[in-house]
Amino acid sequence: MRFLKGKMPKSSPKIMRTKNKNLNKADKKRPKAGSNRRDRRGKRISILYLLPSVAGVLLFFVLPFMIVIYYSVIDNPISGQFVFFDNFIMVFQNAAFKQAARNTMMFSAVAVPLAVILSLLLAMMLESKIPFKSQFRTFFLSPMMVPIASVVLIWQVLFHYNGMMNEVLEWFGKGKIDWLNSGYAQVVIVVLFLWKNLGYNMILFMSALSSIPKDILEVAVLESASPFQIFWHIKLRYMSSTLLFVTIMSLINSFKVFREIYLLKGDYPYDTMYMLQHFMNNTFGKLDYQKMSAAAIMMAIVMVIIIGILFLTENYFGKDVEG
Amino acid sequence: MMLKRTRAAFDGVSEERWNKQIKRKKKIKHTRQIVRLSFATLFAACFAVLFLMPIVLTVTNSFMSASEISANYGQVFATSDTGGKVYISERVNLKFIPDMVSFSQYITVLFKSPEYLLKFWNSVILVVPIVIFQLLVAAGASFGFTRYRGRIKEIIFFVYIILMLMPYQVTLVPNYLVSEWLHILDTNWAIWLPGIFSPFAVYLLTKYMRRIPISVMEAAQIDGAGEWHIFSRICMPLCKGAMCSIAILIFIDYWNMVEQPLILLADSEKHPLSVFLSKINAGEIGLAFAVATIYMVPPILVFLYGEDYLVEGITYQGGIKG
Repeated sequence: MRFLKGKMPKSSPKIMRTKNKNLNKADKKRPKAGSNRRDRRGKRISILYLLPSVAGVLLFFVLPFMIVIYYSVIDNPISGQFVFFDNFIMVFQNAAFKQAARNTMMFSAVAVPLAVILSLLLAMMLESKIPFKSQFRTFFLSPMMVPIASVVLIWQVLFHYNGMMNEVLEWFGKGKIDWLNSGYAQVVIVVLFLWKNLGYNMILFMSALSSIPKDILEVAVLESASPFQIFWHIKLRYMSSTLLFVTIMSLINSFKVFREIYLLKGDYPYDTMYMLQHFMNNTFGKLDYQKMSAAAIMMAIVMVIIIGILFLTENYFGKDVEG
Repeated sequence: MMLKRTRAAFDGVSEERWNKQIKRKKKIKHTRQIVRLSFATLFAACFAVLFLMPIVLTVTNSFMSASEISANYGQVFATSDTGGKVYISERVNLKFIPDMVSFSQYITVLFKSPEYLLKFWNSVILVVPIVIFQLLVAAGASFGFTRYRGRIKEIIFFVYIILMLMPYQVTLVPNYLVSEWLHILDTNWAIWLPGIFSPFAVYLLTKYMRRIPISVMEAAQIDGAGEWHIFSRICMPLCKGAMCSIAILIFIDYWNMVEQPLILLADSEKHPLSVFLSKINAGEIGLAFAVATIYMVPPILVFLYGEDYLVEGITYQGGIKG
């Protein structure tokens, strides 16, 4: 398993070094990896291959991020006065930001667990030997391919005040709901998010499920473990790294939901749909770099903390089954 | 067999009856399995219908004539100016099959109003270079990350992963600042360049390339192959499948982009169709479905052609620690 997971023998210089060590103990004092002339040359060339990408990433992501950090603690770019956390406090006291942060958090807190659990269910369903498995896989994956812009029209029709969803509700004797302009707006967005992302998560879970060693499952059945026990103690623990990955990806994708909302409702949607990205876009209009920088950095910090916590949890629960 | 017989003797049950019991139990288990499977299938089928419905509806509705659409959906998209001119039904009638199949929408979109095709072309222009060059850059970089792994390279790779995991809201401000600084704001370059150097493809391809047994490369090296040879004759052919998968993933991602053009391209002439579609106003909603369908065609084709690659690509992505 370890090998399958992509753990490779270390790079060649090390192998050479150990060989040398065995041959002659005096060689210990030789300079470290790459002592060989050809190796050193190869190493230099391999850096050359890396260079375009690293230069690009530095120029477009890392350096500007440093500038953003700088901007977030100064008064304005012209005077460059150092104001510590004033910008952060200002952003934090901004009502629009608070609203956006609250909405985004609420949305993620609902949508991410739902996306993880539902896609796990779907994956287990498809892995249970049902007929037409590959067709079902295609169907579930298809929303991922379709640009949101294309289907947004249909969603608008479905969730309009006089639209189909309300008609269905009327059959059941319920009153009409103004889906897109009321507290239910978040429900619509969650549905849209799940529709788009379940297939992707499902594929990840399916591959994880199929990579669980069969002999362990067989032993569990022989030992008359209940299906729930098998699921809880074996499958879930073997999938812990996938679970982590799916959660992180869902979290990231849940921040992208702005796209759907923008296409549905434009720049200023109903209050509960006003996401952080809306705040960013509308602040861009005012060219208030300090505010934006502070907001971006706060978000980055929150992301790093969340991802860190997820990693630690996964490490704690999944370390003894690391295949 | 031996075990069964002793067990039967022990319980004082005849062997025949014992066997019968076992058979019955097996049968019950079997029927239970069938019931469970059919339930699962039914459930999956329901889900599949829900998943496909929006797509199918968009396509079928694109074959309605403009007047039928505005009659059915006029309310949804109505603004003040279309009030009296056309008949708009009070309800929004969602129709699965148009009353009369007509290609008038398509004819209008394709031949009479070039602006849609122009926006479609914008999308192509924005996406295709990103896919090609991101792959090229990533191929080199992942080779660099694979050969001669050292501490510094691992740290750089970790930075890539962190960058990849950052939501767009975080990288957006840096992107904007750099574009402004390089004076490429409002040009396609503002979208191309960050796209080309996005760490996503590098991460995936590196993960894949590191699975190639190192002995393959070492054997080539011993046979006198230079780095370029190892790269072009060994790594690239072995990574062909992975490159396809990654290309598909990048393509989907950028074909769907909305945030970047909104912020980096102030000039709406340059906007891709994905942004433009949301701005179709009430007067033109007759065309909207046809445009939406046309916009769906390239990714759907890619999907049908490369579904297995796509699934494989998603699978590499999993197991982040790998």
